[in-house]
Amino acid sequence: MKRIPLIHARGRASEALRAALLGEPGDVALPALDAADPVHDEDLQACLLMAYELHYAGWADVDPAWEWQPSLLAALHPLEDAFEAALRALAAGAPDVAGERTSQRLFAAAEADESVSLSRYVQRDATVEQAAEYLLHRSLVQLKEADAQTWLVPRLRGRPQGVLIEVQADEYGGGDLGRMHSRLWAQTMRGLGLDDREGSAAERLPAVSLAVLNAQTMCGIHARLAPVGVGFFTMVEITSSVPMRRYARGFERLGFGEEVTRYFTEHVTADATHEQLMARELVDAWVAEEPAVGEEIMAGARVCLALDGLLATHCVDAWQAGRSSLRAS
Amino acid sequence: MSGQQASITVVADGPLLVQGSFVVLDDEGAQIETPTSVALCRCGRSATKPLCDGSHKAGRRTE
Repeated sequence: MKRIPLIHARGRASEALRAALLGEPGDVALPALDAADPVHDEDLQACLLMAYELHYAGWADVDPAWEWQPSLLAALHPLEDAFEAALRALAAGAPDVAGERTSQRLFAAAEADESVSLSRYVQRDATVEQAAEYLLHRSLVQLKEADAQTWLVPRLRGRPQGVLIEVQADEYGGGDLGRMHSRLWAQTMRGLGLDDREGSAAERLPAVSLAVLNAQTMCGIHARLAPVGVGFFTMVEITSSVPMRRYARGFERLGFGEEVTRYFTEHVTADATHEQLMARELVDAWVAEEPAVGEEIMAGARVCLALDGLLATHCVDAWQAGRSSLRAS
Repeated sequence: MSGQQASITVVADGPLLVQGSFVVLDDEGAQIETPTSVALCRCGRSATKPLCDGSHKAGRRTE
Protein backbone atom coordinates (compact mmCIF):
# COMPACT_ATOMS: atom_id res chain seq x y z
CA MET A 1 0.00 0.00 0.00
CA LYS A 2 1.31 3.43 -0.97
CA ARG A 3 0.70 5.47 2.17
CA ILE A 4 1.47 9.16 2.10
CA PRO A 5 3.18 11.12 4.90
CA LEU A 6 1.13 13.06 7.46
CA ILE A 7 -0.23 16.33 6.06
CA HIS A 8 1.14 19.68 7.21
CA ALA A 9 -0.45 21.82 9.91
CA ARG A 10 -2.85 24.66 9.16
CA GLY A 11 -2.93 26.38 12.54
CA ARG A 12 -1.97 26.01 16.21
CA ALA A 13 -4.08 22.94 16.97
CA SER A 14 -3.03 20.94 13.91
CA GLU A 15 0.58 21.98 14.58
CA ALA A 16 0.40 20.49 18.09
CA LEU A 17 -1.36 17.38 16.79
CA ARG A 18 1.15 16.91 13.99
CA ALA A 19 4.09 17.20 16.38
CA ALA A 20 2.52 14.59 18.69
CA LEU A 21 1.58 12.14 15.93
CA LEU A 22 5.11 12.14 14.52
CA GLY A 23 6.39 10.98 17.92
CA GLU A 24 5.78 7.94 20.10
CA PRO A 25 2.12 7.25 20.99
CA GLY A 26 1.42 8.88 24.34
CA ASP A 27 -0.20 12.00 25.71
CA VAL A 28 -1.40 14.81 23.51
CA ALA A 29 -3.22 18.02 24.35
CA LEU A 30 -4.35 20.57 21.80
CA PRO A 31 -4.64 24.32 22.28
CA ALA A 32 -8.29 25.46 22.37
CA LEU A 33 -9.71 25.87 18.89
CA ASP A 34 -12.65 28.25 18.82
CA ALA A 35 -13.88 27.86 15.24
CA ALA A 36 -16.60 30.31 14.20
CA ASP A 37 -17.30 28.21 11.08
CA PRO A 38 -16.06 24.64 11.65
CA VAL A 39 -16.84 23.45 8.10
CA HIS A 40 -14.53 26.10 6.65
CA ASP A 41 -11.97 26.09 9.50
CA GLU A 42 -8.66 24.89 8.06
CA ASP A 43 -7.12 24.08 11.46
CA LEU A 44 -10.11 22.05 12.68
CA GLN A 45 -10.62 20.08 9.46
CA ALA A 46 -6.87 19.35 9.22
CA CYS A 47 -6.92 17.98 12.80
CA LEU A 48 -9.87 15.70 12.04
CA LEU A 49 -8.30 14.46 8.81
CA MET A 50 -5.01 13.72 10.58
CA ALA A 51 -6.72 11.76 13.34
CA TYR A 52 -9.41 10.06 11.25
CA GLU A 53 -6.95 8.66 8.69
CA LEU A 54 -5.66 6.43 11.50
CA HIS A 55 -8.97 4.52 11.22
CA TYR A 56 -8.27 3.79 7.52
CA ALA A 57 -4.89 2.82 6.06
CA GLY A 58 -3.01 5.39 8.13
CA TRP A 59 -0.07 7.69 7.44
CA ALA A 60 3.35 6.45 6.29
CA ASP A 61 5.13 8.20 9.19
CA VAL A 62 2.62 7.82 12.07
CA ASP A 63 2.56 4.89 14.50
CA PRO A 64 -0.85 3.18 14.05
CA ALA A 65 -1.04 2.70 17.84
CA TRP A 66 -2.10 6.37 18.00
CA GLU A 67 -5.57 5.34 16.75
CA TRP A 68 -7.00 4.49 20.18
CA GLN A 69 -4.81 6.64 22.43
CA PRO A 70 -7.21 7.96 25.11
CA SER A 71 -5.58 11.40 25.12
CA LEU A 72 -6.06 11.73 21.37
CA LEU A 73 -9.72 10.70 21.57
CA ALA A 74 -10.24 13.21 24.41
CA ALA A 75 -8.49 15.99 22.47
CA LEU A 76 -10.72 15.33 19.45
CA HIS A 77 -13.99 15.51 21.38
CA PRO A 78 -14.42 19.29 21.38
CA LEU A 79 -13.51 19.45 17.69
CA GLU A 80 -16.00 16.73 16.80
CA ASP A 81 -18.69 18.37 18.92
CA ALA A 82 -18.16 21.70 17.15
CA PHE A 83 -18.18 20.03 13.72
CA GLU A 84 -21.31 18.01 14.49
CA ALA A 85 -23.14 21.11 15.76
CA ALA A 86 -22.20 22.98 12.58
CA LEU A 87 -23.44 20.11 10.40
CA ARG A 88 -26.72 19.92 12.31
CA ALA A 89 -27.17 23.68 11.90
CA LEU A 90 -26.68 23.30 8.15
CA ALA A 91 -29.30 20.51 8.08
CA ALA A 92 -31.74 22.54 10.14
CA GLY A 93 -31.56 25.36 7.61
CA ALA A 94 -32.98 23.22 4.79
CA PRO A 95 -36.67 23.62 3.89
CA ASP A 96 -39.01 21.00 5.30
CA VAL A 97 -40.44 18.48 2.87
CA ALA A 98 -43.60 16.42 3.08
CA GLY A 99 -44.01 12.72 2.40
CA GLU A 100 -45.69 9.73 3.97
CA ARG A 101 -42.56 7.61 3.91
CA THR A 102 -39.02 8.74 4.66
CA SER A 103 -37.99 7.65 1.15
CA GLN A 104 -40.47 10.10 -0.34
CA ARG A 105 -39.13 12.88 1.89
CA LEU A 106 -35.58 12.05 0.80
CA PHE A 107 -36.41 12.29 -2.91
CA ALA A 108 -38.39 15.49 -2.26
CA ALA A 109 -35.45 17.00 -0.35
CA ALA A 110 -33.13 16.29 -3.28
CA GLU A 111 -35.59 17.86 -5.69
CA ALA A 112 -36.03 20.95 -3.50
CA ASP A 113 -32.26 21.53 -3.27
CA GLU A 114 -31.20 24.61 -5.21
CA SER A 115 -27.45 24.49 -4.62
CA VAL A 116 -24.93 25.43 -7.27
CA SER A 117 -24.35 22.45 -9.58
CA LEU A 118 -20.76 21.33 -9.99
CA SER A 119 -21.76 18.71 -12.56
CA ARG A 120 -23.45 21.27 -14.82
CA TYR A 121 -20.32 23.42 -14.71
CA VAL A 122 -18.06 20.49 -15.55
CA GLN A 123 -20.41 19.38 -18.34
CA ARG A 124 -20.58 22.75 -20.08
CA ASP A 125 -17.85 25.12 -19.01
CA ALA A 126 -14.88 23.54 -17.20
CA THR A 127 -11.41 23.69 -18.69
CA VAL A 128 -9.17 20.62 -18.41
CA GLU A 129 -7.46 22.26 -15.40
CA GLN A 130 -10.80 22.87 -13.66
CA ALA A 131 -11.99 19.33 -14.41
CA ALA A 132 -8.75 18.08 -12.85
CA GLU A 133 -9.38 20.26 -9.79
CA TYR A 134 -12.85 18.71 -9.47
CA LEU A 135 -11.23 15.24 -9.47
CA LEU A 136 -8.78 16.33 -6.77
CA HIS A 137 -11.55 17.74 -4.53
CA ARG A 138 -13.54 14.50 -4.74
CA SER A 139 -10.49 12.23 -4.57
CA LEU A 140 -10.31 12.21 -0.76
CA VAL A 141 -13.65 10.40 -0.63
CA GLN A 142 -13.66 8.58 -3.96
CA LEU A 143 -10.28 6.87 -3.51
CA LYS A 144 -11.80 5.45 -0.30
CA GLU A 145 -15.17 4.93 -1.95
CA ALA A 146 -17.57 2.92 0.26
CA ASP A 147 -15.08 2.59 3.13
CA ALA A 148 -16.84 5.04 5.51
CA GLN A 149 -20.14 3.27 4.84
CA THR A 150 -18.69 -0.14 5.63
CA TRP A 151 -18.65 0.97 9.28
CA LEU A 152 -22.44 1.29 9.06
CA VAL A 153 -22.88 -2.44 8.38
CA PRO A 154 -22.51 -3.67 12.00
CA ARG A 155 -24.86 -0.90 13.20
CA LEU A 156 -27.75 -2.46 11.22
CA ARG A 157 -29.65 -5.72 11.49
CA GLY A 158 -32.06 -7.71 9.37
CA ARG A 159 -33.32 -6.34 6.07
CA PRO A 160 -31.54 -2.95 6.33
CA GLN A 161 -28.21 -4.69 6.93
CA GLY A 162 -28.81 -7.02 3.97
CA VAL A 163 -29.56 -4.13 1.65
CA LEU A 164 -26.44 -2.22 2.70
CA ILE A 165 -24.32 -5.32 2.09
CA GLU A 166 -25.77 -5.66 -1.40
CA VAL A 167 -25.03 -2.01 -2.24
CA GLN A 168 -21.55 -2.18 -0.71
CA ALA A 169 -20.74 -5.36 -2.62
CA ASP A 170 -21.50 -3.41 -5.79
CA GLU A 171 -19.32 -0.48 -4.67
CA TYR A 172 -16.42 -2.87 -4.14
CA GLY A 173 -17.05 -4.45 -7.55
CA GLY A 174 -18.03 -7.76 -5.97
CA GLY A 175 -14.35 -8.14 -5.09
CA ASP A 176 -13.27 -7.74 -8.73
CA LEU A 177 -10.51 -5.12 -8.75
CA GLY A 178 -11.43 -3.98 -12.26
CA ARG A 179 -14.94 -3.02 -11.17
CA MET A 180 -14.11 -1.61 -7.75
CA HIS A 181 -15.36 1.98 -7.74
CA SER A 182 -12.32 3.36 -5.91
CA ARG A 183 -10.09 1.77 -8.55
CA LEU A 184 -12.23 3.17 -11.40
CA TRP A 185 -11.80 6.62 -9.83
CA ALA A 186 -8.02 6.09 -9.63
CA GLN A 187 -8.07 5.16 -13.34
CA THR A 188 -9.91 8.42 -14.12
CA MET A 189 -7.31 10.41 -12.17
CA ARG A 190 -4.44 8.71 -13.97
CA GLY A 191 -6.15 9.55 -17.27
CA LEU A 192 -5.66 13.23 -16.40
CA GLY A 193 -2.10 12.67 -15.21
CA LEU A 194 -3.01 13.06 -11.53
CA ASP A 195 -1.47 11.34 -8.51
CA ASP A 196 -3.90 8.56 -7.55
CA ARG A 197 -2.45 7.77 -4.12
CA GLU A 198 -5.07 8.00 -1.37
CA GLY A 199 -5.05 11.41 0.28
CA SER A 200 -2.26 12.79 -1.88
CA ALA A 201 -4.41 15.79 -2.85
CA ALA A 202 -5.18 16.72 0.77
CA GLU A 203 -2.43 19.33 1.13
CA ARG A 204 -3.95 21.37 -1.70
CA LEU A 205 -7.58 21.00 -0.66
CA PRO A 206 -9.49 23.62 1.34
CA ALA A 207 -11.28 22.83 4.61
CA VAL A 208 -14.65 22.36 2.93
CA SER A 209 -13.29 19.47 0.82
CA LEU A 210 -11.78 17.84 3.89
CA ALA A 211 -15.14 18.30 5.65
CA VAL A 212 -16.93 16.12 3.07
CA LEU A 213 -14.74 13.15 4.03
CA ASN A 214 -14.53 14.02 7.73
CA ALA A 215 -18.34 14.12 8.04
CA GLN A 216 -18.66 10.63 6.58
CA THR A 217 -15.84 9.25 8.71
CA MET A 218 -17.34 10.76 11.87
CA CYS A 219 -20.70 9.11 11.12
CA GLY A 220 -18.93 5.82 10.46
CA ILE A 221 -16.81 5.57 13.60
CA HIS A 222 -19.47 6.82 16.04
CA ALA A 223 -22.27 4.26 16.32
CA ARG A 224 -24.71 6.88 17.65
CA LEU A 225 -24.39 8.74 14.33
CA ALA A 226 -25.20 5.69 12.18
CA PRO A 227 -28.65 7.00 11.09
CA VAL A 228 -27.00 10.29 10.06
CA GLY A 229 -24.44 8.28 8.07
CA VAL A 230 -27.17 6.23 6.41
CA GLY A 231 -29.05 9.42 5.48
CA PHE A 232 -25.87 10.97 4.09
CA PHE A 233 -25.08 7.91 1.97
CA THR A 234 -28.66 7.56 0.73
CA MET A 235 -28.54 11.17 -0.47
CA VAL A 236 -25.20 10.51 -2.20
CA GLU A 237 -26.98 7.77 -4.17
CA ILE A 238 -30.10 9.86 -4.83
CA THR A 239 -28.06 12.75 -6.22
CA SER A 240 -25.71 10.63 -8.30
CA SER A 241 -27.18 9.22 -11.56
CA VAL A 242 -28.07 12.44 -13.35
CA PRO A 243 -24.91 14.37 -12.30
CA MET A 244 -22.74 11.35 -13.23
CA ARG A 245 -24.05 11.54 -16.80
CA ARG A 246 -23.17 15.26 -16.85
CA TYR A 247 -19.62 14.58 -15.64
CA ALA A 248 -19.22 11.88 -18.31
CA ARG A 249 -20.33 14.36 -20.98
CA GLY A 250 -18.01 17.01 -19.59
CA PHE A 251 -14.96 14.76 -19.81
CA GLU A 252 -16.04 13.61 -23.30
CA ARG A 253 -16.35 17.27 -24.35
CA LEU A 254 -12.78 17.80 -23.15
CA GLY A 255 -11.62 14.93 -25.38
CA PHE A 256 -11.17 12.16 -22.82
CA GLY A 257 -12.02 8.56 -23.63
CA GLU A 258 -13.65 5.61 -21.99
CA GLU A 259 -10.84 4.98 -19.49
CA VAL A 260 -11.61 8.39 -17.94
CA THR A 261 -15.41 8.37 -18.32
CA ARG A 262 -16.01 4.76 -17.21
CA TYR A 263 -16.29 5.70 -13.52
CA PHE A 264 -19.11 8.10 -14.35
CA THR A 265 -21.00 5.97 -16.88
CA GLU A 266 -20.82 3.00 -14.50
CA HIS A 267 -22.47 5.12 -11.78
CA VAL A 268 -25.36 6.33 -13.97
CA THR A 269 -27.13 2.97 -13.92
CA ALA A 270 -25.60 1.56 -10.72
CA ASP A 271 -26.80 4.48 -8.62
CA ALA A 272 -30.25 4.57 -10.27
CA THR A 273 -30.65 1.15 -8.62
CA HIS A 274 -28.78 2.01 -5.42
CA GLU A 275 -30.98 5.03 -4.70
CA GLN A 276 -34.07 2.82 -4.79
CA LEU A 277 -32.44 0.14 -2.64
CA MET A 278 -31.16 2.62 -0.06
CA ALA A 279 -34.26 4.82 0.17
CA ARG A 280 -37.04 2.25 -0.13
CA GLU A 281 -35.54 -1.03 0.95
CA LEU A 282 -33.15 0.14 3.68
CA VAL A 283 -34.40 3.46 5.04
CA ASP A 284 -38.13 2.74 4.93
CA ALA A 285 -37.60 -0.70 6.47
CA TRP A 286 -35.40 0.73 9.24
CA VAL A 287 -37.80 3.56 10.04
CA ALA A 288 -40.71 1.09 10.13
CA GLU A 289 -38.82 -0.83 12.82
CA GLU A 290 -37.34 2.15 14.65
CA PRO A 291 -39.32 5.33 13.93
CA ALA A 292 -36.85 7.42 15.96
CA VAL A 293 -34.13 7.09 13.30
CA GLY A 294 -36.24 8.87 10.66
CA GLU A 295 -35.32 12.44 11.60
CA GLU A 296 -31.63 11.55 12.02
CA ILE A 297 -31.65 10.01 8.54
CA MET A 298 -33.22 13.19 7.14
CA ALA A 299 -30.58 15.27 8.97
CA GLY A 300 -27.77 13.21 7.39
CA ALA A 301 -29.33 13.55 3.94
CA ARG A 302 -29.51 17.32 4.36
CA VAL A 303 -25.90 17.48 5.56
CA CYS A 304 -24.90 15.71 2.34
CA LEU A 305 -26.81 18.23 0.20
CA ALA A 306 -25.47 21.20 2.16
CA LEU A 307 -21.80 20.12 2.03
CA ASP A 308 -22.04 19.34 -1.68
CA GLY A 309 -23.53 22.79 -2.18
CA LEU A 310 -20.77 24.51 -0.20
CA LEU A 311 -18.05 22.66 -2.13
CA ALA A 312 -19.72 23.45 -5.46
CA THR A 313 -20.07 27.13 -4.51
CA HIS A 314 -16.40 27.26 -3.50
CA CYS A 315 -15.25 25.76 -6.82
CA VAL A 316 -17.58 27.57 -9.19
CA ASP A 317 -16.96 30.96 -7.52
CA ALA A 318 -13.20 30.48 -7.89
CA TRP A 319 -13.41 29.25 -11.48
CA GLN A 320 -15.75 32.01 -12.61
CA ALA A 321 -13.34 34.55 -11.13
CA GLY A 322 -10.49 32.95 -13.07
CA ARG A 323 -8.84 31.54 -9.93
CA SER A 324 -7.85 28.04 -8.89
CA SER A 325 -10.13 26.38 -6.31
CA LEU A 326 -7.10 24.74 -4.67
CA ARG A 327 -4.85 26.02 -1.88
CA ALA A 328 -1.57 27.52 -3.02
CA SER A 329 1.02 24.74 -3.05
CA MET B 1 -30.38 -12.18 -2.93
CA SER B 2 -29.45 -14.83 -5.53
CA GLY B 3 -31.57 -17.95 -5.40
CA GLN B 4 -34.60 -16.10 -4.11
CA GLN B 5 -37.67 -15.80 -6.28
CA ALA B 6 -37.53 -12.54 -8.22
CA SER B 7 -39.75 -9.67 -7.16
CA ILE B 8 -40.62 -6.63 -9.25
CA THR B 9 -41.57 -3.49 -7.38
CA VAL B 10 -43.41 -0.76 -9.25
CA VAL B 11 -41.82 2.37 -7.77
CA ALA B 12 -44.20 5.34 -7.75
CA ASP B 13 -42.83 8.02 -10.10
CA GLY B 14 -39.83 5.77 -10.64
CA PRO B 15 -38.52 2.59 -12.25
CA LEU B 16 -39.37 -1.08 -11.90
CA LEU B 17 -37.08 -2.35 -9.16
CA VAL B 18 -36.19 -5.99 -9.82
CA GLN B 19 -34.66 -8.05 -7.02
CA GLY B 20 -33.98 -11.74 -6.49
CA SER B 21 -32.82 -14.32 -9.04
CA PHE B 22 -33.35 -13.15 -12.62
CA VAL B 23 -31.74 -12.42 -15.96
CA VAL B 24 -32.53 -9.53 -18.31
CA LEU B 25 -32.48 -10.40 -22.04
CA ASP B 26 -32.46 -8.01 -24.99
CA ASP B 27 -34.67 -8.31 -28.09
CA GLU B 28 -32.33 -10.92 -29.58
CA GLY B 29 -32.27 -12.99 -26.43
CA ALA B 30 -28.78 -11.92 -25.42
CA GLN B 31 -28.24 -11.44 -21.71
CA ILE B 32 -27.74 -7.87 -20.48
CA GLU B 33 -25.19 -7.75 -17.69
CA THR B 34 -26.85 -6.55 -14.49
CA PRO B 35 -25.96 -6.50 -10.80
CA THR B 36 -27.97 -8.52 -8.27
CA SER B 37 -30.76 -5.93 -8.23
CA VAL B 38 -31.64 -3.61 -11.07
CA ALA B 39 -33.87 -0.64 -11.79
CA LEU B 40 -35.59 -0.90 -15.21
CA CYS B 41 -36.86 2.18 -17.03
CA ARG B 42 -40.62 2.56 -17.34
CA CYS B 43 -40.84 6.26 -18.24
CA GLY B 44 -39.15 5.86 -21.63
CA ARG B 45 -36.69 8.69 -21.00
CA SER B 46 -33.64 6.66 -19.99
CA ALA B 47 -30.61 6.91 -22.25
CA THR B 48 -29.47 3.50 -20.99
CA LYS B 49 -32.63 1.49 -21.62
CA PRO B 50 -33.69 -0.97 -20.46
CA LEU B 51 -31.81 0.24 -17.36
CA CYS B 52 -32.98 3.29 -15.41
CA ASP B 53 -30.64 6.30 -15.45
CA GLY B 54 -32.63 8.57 -13.17
CA SER B 55 -34.14 10.56 -16.08
CA HIS B 56 -37.66 10.13 -14.69
CA LYS B 57 -36.83 12.89 -12.20
CA ALA B 58 -36.76 15.53 -14.95
CA GLY B 59 -40.33 16.77 -15.41
CA ARG B 60 -41.78 14.07 -13.23
CA ARG B 61 -45.34 12.93 -13.49
CA THR B 62 -47.21 12.01 -10.35
CA GLU B 63 -49.08 8.78 -9.90
